[in-house]
Formats: sequence, structure tokens, C-alpha cells
Amino acid sequence: MTAATSQTGGMARLRRIAALIRKEGWQVVRDPSSIAIGVVMPMLLLVLFGYGLSFDVKNVPVAIVMEDVSAEARGAASSFELSDYFNAVQVKTMAEAERMMLDKRVNAIVRIPPDFARRMEQGTAEIQVLVHGTDANTARISLGYAQGAVATWMAREAAMGRIIASPPVSIESRLWFNDANNSSYFLVPGLIVLVMTLIGALLTALVVAREWERGTFEALFVTPVRPVEILLGKTVPYFILGMIGLALSILGAKLLFGVPIRGSLGLLVAVSMLYLIVALGIGLLISSLTKSQFVASQITIIATFLPAMMLSGFMFDIRSMPVAIQVITHVFPARYFVSVLQTLFLAGDIWPVILPNAAVLAVMASVLIALAIRATRKTIG
Amino acid sequence: MLDTLLRILALIRKELLAILKDPKSRISLIAPPVLQCLIFGYAATYDLNDVPYALLDHDRSAVSRALIARLDGSGTFTRVATLDVERQIADIINDQRALLVITIPYDFERGLQAGTAPAVQVIADGRNSNTAGTAQAYVSQIVTGYAADWQNSHGQPGAPVRMTTRAWYNPTLETRWYMVPALIGTITMMMTMMLTAMSVAREREEGTFDQLLVTPFRPSEIMVGKAVPAMMIGLTQSTLILLVAQLWFQIPFSGSFAMLYLGLFLFLAASVGIGLFISSIAGNMQQAMIGSFVLLMPFMLLSGLTAPIGNMPEILQYFTLINPLRYAISITHQIYLEGAGIRQLLPEMLALVAIAAVTLPFAAWMFRNRLT
Amino acid sequence: MTPAAPVSPVTARTLHKTFRRATGETVKALDDVSFEAREGTLTALVGPDGAGKTTLLRLIAGLMKPDEGMLDVLGITVADDPQAVQDRIGYMPQKFGLYEDLSVQENLDLYADLHGVGADQRKQIYPRLFEMTQLGRFRERLAGKLSGGMKQKLGLACTLVRAPELLLLDEPTVGVDPLSRRELWAIVLKLVHEDGLTVIVSTSYLDEAELCDHAVVMHAGKVLAQGTPSEITAKAEGRTFIIETPKGMPARSLQARLFQQDGVIDAVPEAGQVRVVLAAASEADALPLGDGTLQHHRAPARFEDGFMVLFAAVAERTRTSTMTLDQPSSQGSGAMAVEVQDLVRTFGDFTAVDHVSFQVRSGEIYGLLGPNGAGKSTTFRMLCGLLPASHGTLRVAGADLRTSRAEARRRLGYVAQKFSLYGQLSVDENLDFFASAYGLRGRRKADRIAWAKQQFELDAFSRLPSGQLPGGFKQRLAMGTALLHEPDILFLDEATSGADPIARREFWGRITALSEQGVTVIVTTHFMEEAEYCDRIIILDAGRSLAEGTPAEIRAHAAAQDGRQPTMEDAFIAIVETSRDGRAQQRPAG
Repeated sequence: MTAATSQTGGMARLRRIAALIRKEGWQVVRDPSSIAIGVVMPMLLLVLFGYGLSFDVKNVPVAIVMEDVSAEARGAASSFELSDYFNAVQVKTMAEAERMMLDKRVNAIVRIPPDFARRMEQGTAEIQVLVHGTDANTARISLGYAQGAVATWMAREAAMGRIIASPPVSIESRLWFNDANNSSYFLVPGLIVLVMTLIGALLTALVVAREWERGTFEALFVTPVRPVEILLGKTVPYFILGMIGLALSILGAKLLFGVPIRGSLGLLVAVSMLYLIVALGIGLLISSLTKSQFVASQITIIATFLPAMMLSGFMFDIRSMPVAIQVITHVFPARYFVSVLQTLFLAGDIWPVILPNAAVLAVMASVLIALAIRATRKTIG
Repeated sequence: MLDTLLRILALIRKELLAILKDPKSRISLIAPPVLQCLIFGYAATYDLNDVPYALLDHDRSAVSRALIARLDGSGTFTRVATLDVERQIADIINDQRALLVITIPYDFERGLQAGTAPAVQVIADGRNSNTAGTAQAYVSQIVTGYAADWQNSHGQPGAPVRMTTRAWYNPTLETRWYMVPALIGTITMMMTMMLTAMSVAREREEGTFDQLLVTPFRPSEIMVGKAVPAMMIGLTQSTLILLVAQLWFQIPFSGSFAMLYLGLFLFLAASVGIGLFISSIAGNMQQAMIGSFVLLMPFMLLSGLTAPIGNMPEILQYFTLINPLRYAISITHQIYLEGAGIRQLLPEMLALVAIAAVTLPFAAWMFRNRLT
Repeated sequence: MTPAAPVSPVTARTLHKTFRRATGETVKALDDVSFEAREGTLTALVGPDGAGKTTLLRLIAGLMKPDEGMLDVLGITVADDPQAVQDRIGYMPQKFGLYEDLSVQENLDLYADLHGVGADQRKQIYPRLFEMTQLGRFRERLAGKLSGGMKQKLGLACTLVRAPELLLLDEPTVGVDPLSRRELWAIVLKLVHEDGLTVIVSTSYLDEAELCDHAVVMHAGKVLAQGTPSEITAKAEGRTFIIETPKGMPARSLQARLFQQDGVIDAVPEAGQVRVVLAAASEADALPLGDGTLQHHRAPARFEDGFMVLFAAVAERTRTSTMTLDQPSSQGSGAMAVEVQDLVRTFGDFTAVDHVSFQVRSGEIYGLLGPNGAGKSTTFRMLCGLLPASHGTLRVAGADLRTSRAEARRRLGYVAQKFSLYGQLSVDENLDFFASAYGLRGRRKADRIAWAKQQFELDAFSRLPSGQLPGGFKQRLAMGTALLHEPDILFLDEATSGADPIARREFWGRITALSEQGVTVIVTTHFMEEAEYCDRIIILDAGRSLAEGTPAEIRAHAAAQDGRQPTMEDAFIAIVETSRDGRAQQRPAG
């Protein structure tokens, strides 16, 4: 009986867990695909989100159709030519401009009609702006810039006394937390969600399913190892890998893209750990239910990765979605994490945002861990 | 010739049987695309229709109340709080209760009458600067519009120049019109690329690929036999998403279906080519899986859908040239929304042909020449 | 609890276990199984595929619960506390899940840690394990890079890293060459006899069962018989004879003929002659065999003979192992079907096949034999055109399959080592697909598919997904598929690995019949007695050809042992060991 009792001692237990972790570590280091998804993928995403993707619209190619040659018309046209937001070319006829728009050489047409100067004196002048509306978002932003360019020009004219009218109100817009309106400020923190989801859920699901597929569990089961120890042996290494991914992302965000961290770093790490546990729980659960790498990876991508990208508020604001979809987003842990991340990076330690979101993540983590333990039984078939 | 054809037909039949025999796998090919299209069609939008805002009205005049009424009546803005003092602003934004705080200055009414252009302050939560910017633009549109009307009705000279705007192809500038047709390519590519990437890797792992290689099949026949079923499935999925776009989202179709299917056919050939390319290199299913995923990510992010290609650094712009999804999305948009003809589409279609013409023969060559 | 009664490490009473297949039907894996494994003894579970051996071992290991019955292991009711049992036993599953990207040492360390083996205990046990398994040289090698035999030995070492109170081994020698098999068994026997360990092993090698203290013969979930090996052997006592082969006749042809006869339970070629087991005890001069002109003498029964007698009583044996091809092979006999000249294949700086040459005449059965890692599979893959040769020439049916046009591949059939037809497709769908792949169509295609289904008795399974076929029928389907297009040359790669004795006899019956109709057959195998069916064999080790010739010529390499004729296995081991000793001596000099 001494043999049996020695297996339940705390030391023996720790030694077994340590052995399983060490084994998993070797496998991660030696399998190029783990490295690909644990290290290469975060770096790739960091570069893509930091440098490649920018929602900021600049240098919109625009054709200006000058149907009036007065000084006023030239002045109005110059407001587009001087703007950083536009790359303007002047063309003679509307037909020519339309051809350019059809060929996608320009994204907008600004038409200054023949009687511009005369109608300006009457106070009824018009500038027509046509945008290519396929990409609605870019189109709308461009229209906003066009409005701005014309207003600036008018204010300048009014200041020089050339026109009498004054604009009725001025609008003083301020963008808190992101004065420069830099889209990498919200994309790069959001990227942490993707990295954590990939490592936590997808990689874990793959490696657990692989053990089922290759039959390595069968021999492992008939040892003093307890199911909980197997779970820990699987989670700890990927937890560490996830934390490395987190460190890489935070460093990249800070050093490469100058994203501020206005909240406390400790809190950021703590909540990330919580989300990582949730992701690990999902990965473990999916893989122990499907036991096949192919199916596990398909389900994981559909159930975790895509929602993290589309339904978390990272790329598309949840407030813009229909109510039914907003309700669905509550099922996915990513939305709570994104909310905390954006606040901690850009706003600060704002407890009313952090607490409820972290609480939901904590509940999800405990439920998923409990389910994963239940699902991990040392039985075959 | 007839022999070749019959052999390829047998291969296609076998592939389809293997994929479609199991009811679970049949459903998994149909349900996820439709569901994704429905969910993402709603989720992927930059249009704001419910902006929570807080109001700090220092003026409390008839004019300011009329302005507020116009904001509240716009349907886009929902007032979640009415503040009394400035220091309340920080909390309500920080806690994300309001996306915007609109402050009307003390001398708003007097300023308007005096023509001194009083400043309305709009503070937005920039944690998602994209949404914030859009919301601010909405506010300024409403406020300027209101003020201009006020000027008109009070006999003040308005702005001498007005801007009128019109948008081609998408008059109300709805993002959904842009996003949903793009999902045809995006979702189909995800499914078909993974399907083909796994197909050869799986046969290699199960040993059936050797069994194929000892039969009289030529590598090119195997390639065609693998590519055609995947493309058939891809076309079916595309059709399903197209139906959702038209019947559910009711986005008007302006082009020719024949042209769209020609484009999709070429796009699928290119995607399947890349999938088979990965499959022929990968040593096992896990490598195929992760390999296709690592490629799919940049393909999806750099397709020009979420961020315009013109804004990317030059080196990434070059990368997009080998991205079939870039062409697919552009072709779908041009046909679906703009009704484009072959003249505009030819360069992009040729690019797809080029991708397929490189990847497919390479994969076929690798079938036999990969060192095991 | 009466303290006096000695408790057996394993006591099973009326165990039942039923599985439900995905298709809905239920399978009785264990049906009223009772047995006992006594302290310090070796118990063998023997029986064909699907007999329930693996299920029984999994129940003992606590990986499954019985539906009914009592199962005590080490005094513990397993179903109540499987962990308490798992803390104390060692279990080596059929496919031992070594971590392939961990080295030999790391795999061993992992299991030592899991079993709580301390550093000082390791100092004692590691040298012993390494000496026992001779893996010492490969400590740093990744487990994935080991040969099949070495993997099994490493699996065993991992299981033995802590002295268990009970050791369970599930088919530990499947796919293992005779040399490694002997070494593995030496280890197991030493553990039983010297350390007093209780061992339960399942096996389909019947000569292994002979080494046990207690044998449990199982069939379709039931225990057919149990007792000491000699008790099982005794069932065939007085019924076994050696028949001498008439001059000019291959032993396999005589065997095939005898096997067909009523009253004959079993017939196998053995050292150029044929061993038969009769249905009833008979006087030596009144054998119920044909015209009585055959020379014969009585032979002592073996375990295998007893096993076959037991099976003859329950299992309906297929005697239709005669195969008729629609069109006998077109090749003229005497022509060269396969020519291999100076074949070399290297992987990096490792030479897998080292200047091997041989020729196979059409209509011959030619065997490639060798230990794990000898280069058999590599040679085979090159012959089939699946792998390019680094150097040398090879011609199969007059063409190099790698570079020749697809038409040349039409002349060969290929059965892979592991089942490699489409598991999700039904039997009919697989046949249909491969028939089309070989360019058959219309009437002819229908005829050939009907032929295959009839010859291999697959009609009952037409719509079953082939992955769910019972093991033996998978083998038949693979053969049927490979013969659809009536190939001139048939390649069989370890086609009988893991197959039970009954399936193997059917298999060889068919091969013999094919060969008689002019089909050239090239096989690799680990069962040395199967080499007796071949016309000629080649023995490879470390990529080099060690010996080639007829079975009789090969057997002549070994001296007679304890008064009996050397078997093929004796000869094989002698040849390989001589060659290895020679190389070991050369090494210091060179």
C-alpha cells in the first residue's frame, strides 16, 4: 500500500505535473507549427494591424471639373488641392471625370458649375460632390473631409472680407483618448484578443486532439496521473506561450506604434490571464468532445476566432449592430476582453468598465474549467 | 482522351462522396456559410444607428432646446443622461455610458443672433476612434443643418456656397451593401482553401494517396479531380451567400450573373490552387491546417475590405497582388453594385488566371516529387 | 475477507461488454468471460481479430467499465476505483503512444516522473532498461525516428520504468521483426521468471503463446478454452503429420491442395514439406489424403495445431481460397517481371538501400525479408514508383514506374501495409472507384466488381463503409481492389501484419492460386514461416542484401538445433546476426 499512498502525496503530484509540462514544452519547441501559431502569427498580426491596416483615409484621388473659370471658382478648387486628404486633378468636362471614376482612377468628382461666381454673389452657389459609394465607409469619410475643405475655404474668404456671410456655429470636436485619430490605437490592443484566442483556444484544441488521435493518452492514463494533472500539464505551457504572445504584443504596441498604456500594466496582465484561461477552457472542451484535429480546429475557428474578430467590438462597433446580434455577442468572451483592453490601453483604470467585464470573464473561466475537468475522464471509447 | 475523362469523373465522384456522404459534414458545408453571412452581414457595419450621448446644456434657451429636439428626433442619437456640470463628463465617457457628450455654450442663442458663431463642443470616446469619428460627423451635420435653418428663418445671410452630394452605386452609403457581397468571396475562400489544404494531407496521412499514385492516374488528373469538387462546393456556397444577400438583405444586384459566376469560377480556381499548393507541401494535417490559416489571415486582412489597399505601405500593396481575395472582392463589388462589364474586369480576371496557372501545376508536380 | 486465500492479481468472473457501432448495431466484445491470472505467471490471450482481447485488457487497466460481471485487480474492484489500480500496474497499449518529438531519454524520464521514480531508483533501473532493450546508443534520438521494433522496446521500457505489480501487454510484437521479437520476449520472460512479475499479454503469434504459463483462447468475445499451453496443444495430439512434397512440386501447391480436403483442419508449408492437422485422430497409415501415394510421418503437435483444432469447432472456415482469374496472366513465364540493378536510396547521409540487386521471374512469389529498418519498405516504394531511386536501375514489367507513362502502372496491383482504401466510402463505392481508376468500364467493370465481391465474399458488406469492416475483410477488400484490373504483378507490403492465423491462411491460399495462374507476387513479411510460401526470398539488413535464394537454400544457412530441422526463423536470425557480427568486427579496423 505504500506505493499507492506515495502517489497521492503533494510532492509526487507536483513532480508529475512538472513532467507533463516539460514534455509539452519540448513538443512546442520542436513542432514548427506550434511556433508558427504561437510566435510567428502574433508578429505577423502585429505588423499587419500596426502598419498594414489603416482606416485613416488620406490622399483620396479626386477629379475637379472646372466649368467656371472665375477667381472664385479657382479659389474653391484650391481648397481641395491644398487639403492633405485629397489628391486633386483638374479636368475639363464632366464626361471625362465620369470616365475616370468608372475606371477607378478617382474616387470622387467635385463639380464647380458654370455660373458659380455669379450665384455666389446671390448667396446660392453650389458645389457638387459625387463619391464612389461602393466602399460606403470611405465614401462617407471623404464627404466629411470635402465638407471641411469647403468650410475652411469659406471661413478664410470671410476673414479676408471677400464674402459677407459667416458660418452660424462652429463645432469643436474632441476625440478623447486618441487625439490624433490614429487607428492603430484601437487596432493594436484589439490584436491581443486575436493572439490570445489563437494560442489559448486553437493551439490547445489541436494539441489535445492530437494526443487522442495518436493514441498517446491511452498509455498515459494507466499511470498514477490524475485527470486534473493532465489538464494542468496541457494548460500551463500554453498559458506561458500566451503570456509570451501578450508580452510581444504589448511591447510591439508600445515601441513600434507608440500606443499609450494609460491604465495599470498589472491590471492589463491580470485581465489578460483571465481571458487566456477562458480561451484555454474552450480549447480543452472542444478537443475533448471532438477528439479529432480537423473537426476541433474547424469548430474552434468558427466558435472563437471569427467571433473574436467580428463580434467583439474590435473591428466593428457592437453599438452599430442590430439588437439580436448584440445579444449574441454576449455569448462570446472576446467582447468583454476587448472592452477592458480598449479602456486599459487608452482610458485608464476605469473600474465601472473593468469590474463587470472581468467578472463575466471570471464566471466564464470557472464554468469552462469545471466543464473541462468533467469532460476529461480517463476512459477510452 | 475518353479514358482520361472517365478516370477524372471517377475521382470527382469519389471526392464528392467522401465529402458529402456524412450528413454531418453536408450540414457543416452549408450551415456555417449561411450563418456567418447572416451574422457578419449585420455585425460588419460602420453605420451608426444608436449613438448614446449625454447632454450638457449651459444655455437652456429656446434655441438650444430646439437643437436638442432635432438631435433626439434624428433617430440616430439616444440621450442617456443630461448633465449639470462639466466635471460629470469624464465619468460618463469613461464608463462607456455615452459615446458622445455634447456641450452647448452659455451664450449659444445670443451668439447665433450676433453671428459670432458660438462653439458647440462634441467630446467623443476615442477608444474606438473609427466609431467616434463617424458619430462626430453625424453630430456636426445635424448641428450645422439646424443652425443654417435658423439663419434662414431669421433673415441672416447664410453661407454663400452649399455643397450638394451624391453617391454612385450606393445612394444611402450603407456599409452593408459593401460588406455582404464581399462575404461571398471571403467565406467561400475560407471554406474551400481549408478543405483542399486538408484533402491531400489527409490522404497522405491515411495512406490512400500512395494507393492513388500506383493507379494509372496522372498527377494532372489527380489535380483536376481534387480541384473540381472543391470548386463545385465553393460555387454552391457562393450561391447560398448570394441568395442571402439578395433575398434576406435585399441588396439590389446590378450586373450580370454570368459575369459574376465567371469571376467566381476563376477565383475558386485560384483559391483551390493555393489550397492544393499548401496541401502538397504539408507533411501532415496539422501543418496543412496551420499553414492555410497563416496564409488566410493576411489574405483576409489585406483584401482591401476593411482597410483600403491604397493606404497600405507599398510592400504590402505588392503582396496583395498575389491575393485572390483582393480580386474576388473587387470583382464582386464591380459586378454586384456597379454592373461592370468584361472591359473593366479583365485585368483582375487575368490576375486570377495567373495565380491558378502557377499554383495548380505546381501542386500536381509536388504530388509525385515530394520527398517522403 | 478471509486472509488465508491467496488473492490472484486478476480475477474476472462472467464479464460482459457490449459496444454500439456508429451504424446502430451492437457488438458483443466480451461475452461471459472468466479467467484468473496467478501471481508470478505469464498469461496469454490468443484469438483472431475482434475476439475481445484488447477490450479485456482495457477493462483490467480501468480504461473501460464492464457492463456486467466482476473484475478484481490486485484485490481492487476496478470499476470502483480505477485510479488505485492504475497507480500500481503497467500497461502497454497495442499502439504505444510514444511522444514522437521527444527523445528516447525524454520519453523514459516522462514516465519515470509520472510513476514517481526517484533519482536514486533511476540510477538503478535505467542501466538495466537500456541493457535490456539495447537502446542505450539511441538515448538522444527522437522516438519518431526509431524503427518499429525499437519503438516497441522503448514502449516496454517506459512501462517498466517502475516495477509494476502487474504488467499488461497488448499485442506487443505486431510489426516487429523476428530478432526484435525474440529480444522483447527474452525481457518479458526474465521479468516473470526472475522477478516474479505477473504478466498478461495478448498476441496473434501463436508460437509466443507456447511460452506462457496459462493461455486463454478467445473467439468473438467468448473464451473457447483455457489452460496451460500443453493442454491446448493436446487437443491436436495424434492428429498432426508431416507430408513430404513430391519432387518438382512447390510445397505451397501441395499445401493448397491438402488444405481443401475434407477432414483436414489445417495445412501449412514447413521446411519444404507440409504440416497437416486432421479433424480426427487417425492411424498414420490411414490418412484420408487423396490416393495415398504421399509420404508422411507423424509429427508432435504444436500450440498452433491445438488452436486450429479449437477453431475448427466454432468457426466456419472458408475453403474457397482457390481463385480463378477471368484471364490468366498474359505474361509468358520465364520473362523477367522485375529487375533491380544496383539500387541505392539515401536520405541525407543515411543510406536506406545500399546497392541491392535482384530479379523476379514472372509467375514467381518473391519475398523481401529483413528486420525493421532493413530497407524493405524503401525498396518496395521505389519498385512501385512512389519514391525515386538515388542510383541504380529498376524495371517493373519492363518499365520504370516512376518515369514511365501511366499505362505501365495498369499492369500492377498494390496492397499497402496498413489499410489504405477510403474508409468513409462503402465497399461498393471503393470497388467502383478503383475499377474506374484502372480504366475499366461498362460491362467489363460490372463483371470484375462482381468477380471481386464473389471471390472475396464481400457481398454481405456491400454498403458498409469500408473503414468499419472487420479486420480480415478490410484485407480482402484491399486484395480484391488490387486485382480488379487483373495485374501481372502484385505487390503486397506486410499484408499479413497483425492478421490472425486464420486470416493469414486464407490470404496465402489466394496468393498461391494467383501465382499458379501466372501472376507475379512480391511480398514483404515479418512472419518467417510465410517465407515458405515463396519461390525465392531475399534477406536485407541495414539496406544491404545478405542472402538470396529458395527457402531451402536460405534454411541451409542455419545448423540443425536440438535435433529438429532449422526453421526459416532460425535461418533468418543466423544470417542477420552473422552479418551484424561481421560488420561489428570490421568497424574498429576500418
